[in-house]
Amino acid sequence: MPYVRFIDRPTFRNPWAEFERIRQGLDELSRSYFEKGEGQSRANVYPALNIYEEADRLIVTAELPWVKAADLDLSIEGDTLTIQGKRERKPDESGVSYHRREIETGSFSRAIALPVKVDAEQVGARLANGMLTITLMKASAVTPRQIQVATE
Amino acid sequence: MTAQELKVQDKKAAQPGGETTKNEACFAPRVDIYETEREVTVVAEMPGVTVGGLDLSLEDNILTIKGRRVVQEQPGRIILAEYENGNYLRRFTVAETIDQENIGAALADGVLTVHLPKAIPAQPRKIAVKLG
Repeated sequence: MPYVRFIDRPTFRNPWAEFERIRQGLDELSRSYFEKGEGQSRANVYPALNIYEEADRLIVTAELPWVKAADLDLSIEGDTLTIQGKRERKPDESGVSYHRREIETGSFSRAIALPVKVDAEQVGARLANGMLTITLMKASAVTPRQIQVATE
Repeated sequence: MTAQELKVQDKKAAQPGGETTKNEACFAPRVDIYETEREVTVVAEMPGVTVGGLDLSLEDNILTIKGRRVVQEQPGRIILAEYENGNYLRRFTVAETIDQENIGAALADGVLTVHLPKAIPAQPRKIAVKLG
């Protein structure tokens, strides 16, 4: 006769508990994914850009410390904006020993497709305190137009 | 000519001493620190900071670099967000004895350069003894 000792039995568990745990894990995963990225992918192409949209214009901003205006090259072709440039450090003096070297130097090139058609004639760019601000006016065809409603 | 392609480096969050009351992001600026015989130089990347928003201090051998950005209204609706705006904060313990009187700092193109000249150790004075 089989003899089952009480302590040999596995403790009773809710069979659905494991499913519940998995569901919670998935919820958490999707939440952190959507909240953090908000559907936007972090580009690994320098520079990182923020783009704002107003009714009549697009504003593109980028952090470009240590980049001189002369070393920056902006061009627009169709609805593709290209930002090119380089960042160089001063040549090292002799007898310099580095404790930390976190700032990278090099060249960069980024092309971005703009979401709307822009007027290539009206582009303003400003580089101040290491911040680049490009203002692009939308092409007149896509600018919202106020329509006067006539009353009878 | 540098052939290296620049990559986007993630911004590291800085830890202020205690939480701030304002819900503002605070980042540790990336730095280069180098030393010559005469001075220690700290170069920090702080785009968007103007001279007015800078706060530098050296106290008990701790160099604090604080940078407040010019708060500007967000224009319109954001449609692409790849970087976050925030203030800058970073602290360093300076091992060398610094000549506090001659610290110099300059801000250009969003880069802060702090020159910390080393203090010249007091020279032992030689006393010439003349024979009487």
